[in-house]
Amino acid sequence: MKDTKGGTLSPEEKRLIYELSGDLGASARPFKELGQKLGLPEEQILETIRSLINKGYLRRFGATLRHQLSGFTANAMVAWKVEEARVDEAGQALASFKEVTHCYHRPGVPGWPYNLYTMIHGSSEEDCRALAESMSRAADITEYELLFSHEEHKKTSMRYFE
Amino acid sequence: MTGNDILSETERAILNQIQSDYPIEARPYLVLAERLGLTETEVLETVRRLRASGVIRRIGGNFSARNLGYTSTLCAARVPEDRLKAFIAEVNQYTGVTHNYLRNHDLNVWFTFIAPSMEEIEKNLAAISEATGVRPIYNLPADKIFKIKVDFQFEE
Repeated sequence: MKDTKGGTLSPEEKRLIYELSGDLGASARPFKELGQKLGLPEEQILETIRSLINKGYLRRFGATLRHQLSGFTANAMVAWKVEEARVDEAGQALASFKEVTHCYHRPGVPGWPYNLYTMIHGSSEEDCRALAESMSRAADITEYELLFSHEEHKKTSMRYFE
Repeated sequence: MTGNDILSETERAILNQIQSDYPIEARPYLVLAERLGLTETEVLETVRRLRASGVIRRIGGNFSARNLGYTSTLCAARVPEDRLKAFIAEVNQYTGVTHNYLRNHDLNVWFTFIAPSMEEIEKNLAAISEATGVRPIYNLPADKIFKIKVDFQFEE
């Protein structure tokens, strides 16, 4: 790991981030357990986690679920093509749909001109198609592609400061 | 069959809390128990069961790659059927590849890549092309995030 990464983070913070990007122990005192592993008091672990949240490093702390159980059995990535000048307005319109979990601007590249991406969740593929159609009307975008995932070959969480 | 059908009321209430409001406290399950009118043991046992049955994949932190000084991107490639297996194996050996999906499109393989720098990602993509003969591999970093909302709220 290069020193330039997370330059303002202390070695303790980096070690804690590494541990927190894994899986927390199942005990009643998980942060005490973590502290024992790192040789730090429980209270320092708790304070550091809170400060990582406040400083914007830690976006969310908690359980990650397997989506299949959420009842949203069909997921699609929708790639949209919109004039760059309209990206902000269209991105906000797409993001406002509750069925949208992710919405990003990714500039187009030669051979693949799409520049807005949304992950949408529905109860079926038809449901996702109907949703994409109403999103296209709301955001005033006519060119888009639905990409359904047929096989998951990897789904893990990044381990930082390994 | 959805989570609203197969999960008990208690399980749904706990899951709604621990995705985004997991207490950063010495006894997190006691705090959850107080919020929900349960005992610490009930919450702890339920969480253990939900992990064992696979409903909960992990309990941990979700970090902002960018704020930690990392770069993340989305990559995509058109991979012929007969080279799919080798290509996926090659890509998945990188620890920075966290998601990899086969999608129903001629641009069929989509994966995310996180690394300390874009140079390192570019170098790795070139190495993957070299090893598999698949090119181009599109590198589509996000310029702007309009939304990330990953927790799921069950009916209570």
